[in-house]
Amino acid sequence: MAADFNWAVGGEAGDGIDSTGKIFAQALSRAGRHVFTSKDFASRIRGGYTAYKVRTSVDKVQSVVDRLDVLIALTPRTIEENLEELHEGSVIIYDGERTTMQDVEIPDEMIGIDVPLKRLAEEAGGAIMRNVVALGAACEVADFPIENLDSALEKRFADKGQKLVDNNKEAARAGQSYVAEEYDHEFDYDLETTDEDYVLLNGDEAIGMGAIAAGCRFYAGYPITPATDVMTYLTGRIERYGGHVVQAEDELSAINMALGAARGGARSMTATSGPGIDLMTETFGLIATSETPLVICNVMRSGPSTGMPTKQEQGDLNQMLYGGHGEVPRFVLAPTTIDECFWKTVEAFNLAEKYQLPVYLTADLSMAVTEQTFSPDTFDMDEVEVDRGNVVDETTIDDHMSESGGFQPHEITDDGISPRAFPGTADGAHMSTGLEHDEQGRRTEDTEMRVEQVDKRNRKVETAREREDLSPREFGDEDADTLVISWGSNEGALAEAVEFLADDGIDVRVLSVPYIFPRPDLSEDVEAAESVIVVECNEQGQFADLVEHDVLARVDRINKYNGVRFKADELADDIRETLATGVEA
Amino acid sequence: MSSDIRFTDFKSDKQPTWCPGCGDFGTMNGMMKALAETGNDPDNTFVVAGIGCSGKIGTYMHSYALHGVHGRALPVGTGVKMARPDIEVMVAGGDGDGYSIGAGHFVHAVRRNVDMTYVVMDNRIYGLTKGQASPTSREDFETSTSPEGPKQPPVNPHALALASGATFIAQSFSSDALRHQEIIQKAVEHDGFGFVNVYSPCVTFNDVDTYDYFRDSLVDLKEEGHDPSDKDAAKDVIFDDETEHQGVIYQDEESVPYHERHGVDEDMSVIPDGAPEGATDLVREFY
Repeated sequence: MAADFNWAVGGEAGDGIDSTGKIFAQALSRAGRHVFTSKDFASRIRGGYTAYKVRTSVDKVQSVVDRLDVLIALTPRTIEENLEELHEGSVIIYDGERTTMQDVEIPDEMIGIDVPLKRLAEEAGGAIMRNVVALGAACEVADFPIENLDSALEKRFADKGQKLVDNNKEAARAGQSYVAEEYDHEFDYDLETTDEDYVLLNGDEAIGMGAIAAGCRFYAGYPITPATDVMTYLTGRIERYGGHVVQAEDELSAINMALGAARGGARSMTATSGPGIDLMTETFGLIATSETPLVICNVMRSGPSTGMPTKQEQGDLNQMLYGGHGEVPRFVLAPTTIDECFWKTVEAFNLAEKYQLPVYLTADLSMAVTEQTFSPDTFDMDEVEVDRGNVVDETTIDDHMSESGGFQPHEITDDGISPRAFPGTADGAHMSTGLEHDEQGRRTEDTEMRVEQVDKRNRKVETAREREDLSPREFGDEDADTLVISWGSNEGALAEAVEFLADDGIDVRVLSVPYIFPRPDLSEDVEAAESVIVVECNEQGQFADLVEHDVLARVDRINKYNGVRFKADELADDIRETLATGVEA
Repeated sequence: MSSDIRFTDFKSDKQPTWCPGCGDFGTMNGMMKALAETGNDPDNTFVVAGIGCSGKIGTYMHSYALHGVHGRALPVGTGVKMARPDIEVMVAGGDGDGYSIGAGHFVHAVRRNVDMTYVVMDNRIYGLTKGQASPTSREDFETSTSPEGPKQPPVNPHALALASGATFIAQSFSSDALRHQEIIQKAVEHDGFGFVNVYSPCVTFNDVDTYDYFRDSLVDLKEEGHDPSDKDAAKDVIFDDETEHQGVIYQDEESVPYHERHGVDEDMSVIPDGAPEGATDLVREFY
């Protein structure tokens, strides 16, 4: 792999760190370099340390590393926070004229570049451009052609007028020339450019774009870090494709609005994070029991309760798998990369409609706020397929009527999948309900119909296991004795970790799993390996529990769910019968 | 849409399990008649029901319908209408559903002014759970959970609606069949959120707010010459604690419903079998 370069800008929240970092990342991307970004931030608008980090190479980069080559430090704390990542020869760009930076000490083995950022910015047209002066200085240090920065500045400020764009370009050049003139030093960096075209986007944006591509027309949500970007992405864009975004009064409302739109026949979605999932869980059983297709995106953050709202965690797996009273099937998808966030969103909509159930699409904070470069072909819209499942119209509805002439939206079928009629379809009027119901959707407590409906709903999961390709992504050494299993966003770090391990002669086989439920059967892989390691961003090892569960010895089961309790004589019969038929594999 | 729709077409084949004499029978009849009279049929109508005795209405009516989670009927109706502006949406629930567990949604549904009808079957009691105080129960109304009365004033739903920016506020009485139907019909025809609180007596658990009580005390705003477009007059009616009224209390003739303000007018159920035209523009934005 070509040498990578690690850069960061840090300061206080409110210092414009985010947009400064984004401009630099965009400049690198437009110069045909791969980029992988990350953010350190706190849950506040002003004050507190915040940083935007960029890793770049001409080769693909898919993880952060503990190394920093060039740091733009707007506060002393920025240096303190990054001491472990800085190394001998690292460059620190700072403004020694800033009151708080006057006494700053640059560690001996590092190179301090003192640039009067504010003064130069004022000369170029305004102090607000001091970060751009710093970017110009960084270009000089990294030997990165400043024309690429121009391109990113044009994109960022185009809608604010040419004058502002020109001022910013001038500010950048002021920083560049200052370093060139004042520091007669040969830096080791050389950020070469290529002719490759890349797009730069984060996980939330990929999910939003995937939703529009999949034909999602309705989104209802309530702002919450780190899922808000899905909503802000869709707002102003989905309308161009005939859709609409509603900011609901709370998550209870958001998911019910999304449910209503789905019953109306729209592809519909909501996105939230853990605390919102708690509220939405109230409606989850209704969605599943009424067999409504809905995509619920959970961008996980650190819990429990308010936890650490701007920090990474994959702690909601059990909540998504088991949340809600009673038992009801749901699918859980966990894209493992940013580009997969796009494709798994498309797939989530297809699965929701094919199997008429709620689909959790889960990302996490790291993936949501991380930007990464991809070839634009990665998101080839011609490859997007929309499968709406079994929807009936006026001509086909007749095959799905009861003897008394009522449409049967919960028809008992071999594959568990029933017909769906959108409002407005003649003769399709029917009730959808969270009550147990018959094939027409009418309330029932009939023990036989109860069992038939429960079985039918569960049969959809079996059907999906037969029809869908649930394979994990595999990489590393396929013959290795060590198997590492991961889910969600850890894949990028793992992919690069495997290379580090291989350098030390340690070979591992990696399975990166995007399907949590239904999920691939990994029992043979687990049993064939000498050691198995499950990697996940949580304390309890929730996915590890699932992997262990899948390879455990099977027990026989006696289950009853027709609404009547166990009776002694019946139970004795059940046990006798189970013993007679033997253990089911 | 066929032109020979009768209100009985909106009746399902399920027999209501409401107590004999329940106000909800009359409330439902008026809703069905209003829907038929306004040219709707079961296949272009979506009824959303909450939880409680009133929530069963979706089962007894015949239309596209959703019987949802307690208190969340309004958000569901909002979603249906936004996705399907071509469909007539009617939301129905009780006083507990609308003013207690769902009170937060009520305020915001009123603000949004989505073009749908909201019928609250207000019996001032929790009936299905066998008689506890509701948010509209009188301060001294004795129940199993409030032996000396709730000791807090009842919610004034009309005032809540007015304060939230309502464009249509009405009150009807399920037993006055003609007036009830007429008022619901006006709510259906209103361009925006048509809110009707219906006195729908519980004959089993409420011996205070009875048919006789309402018959004796109701003052009809139409007979009083009340002008619903006069907001100040509406305020006087709403804050008159001494009198029970029926009629249209307030109607904003200039009401602009949500879909017009936001340009949401497409049937969202129709989508292409691949990415929508121009989707590649979204990728280009990330250059």
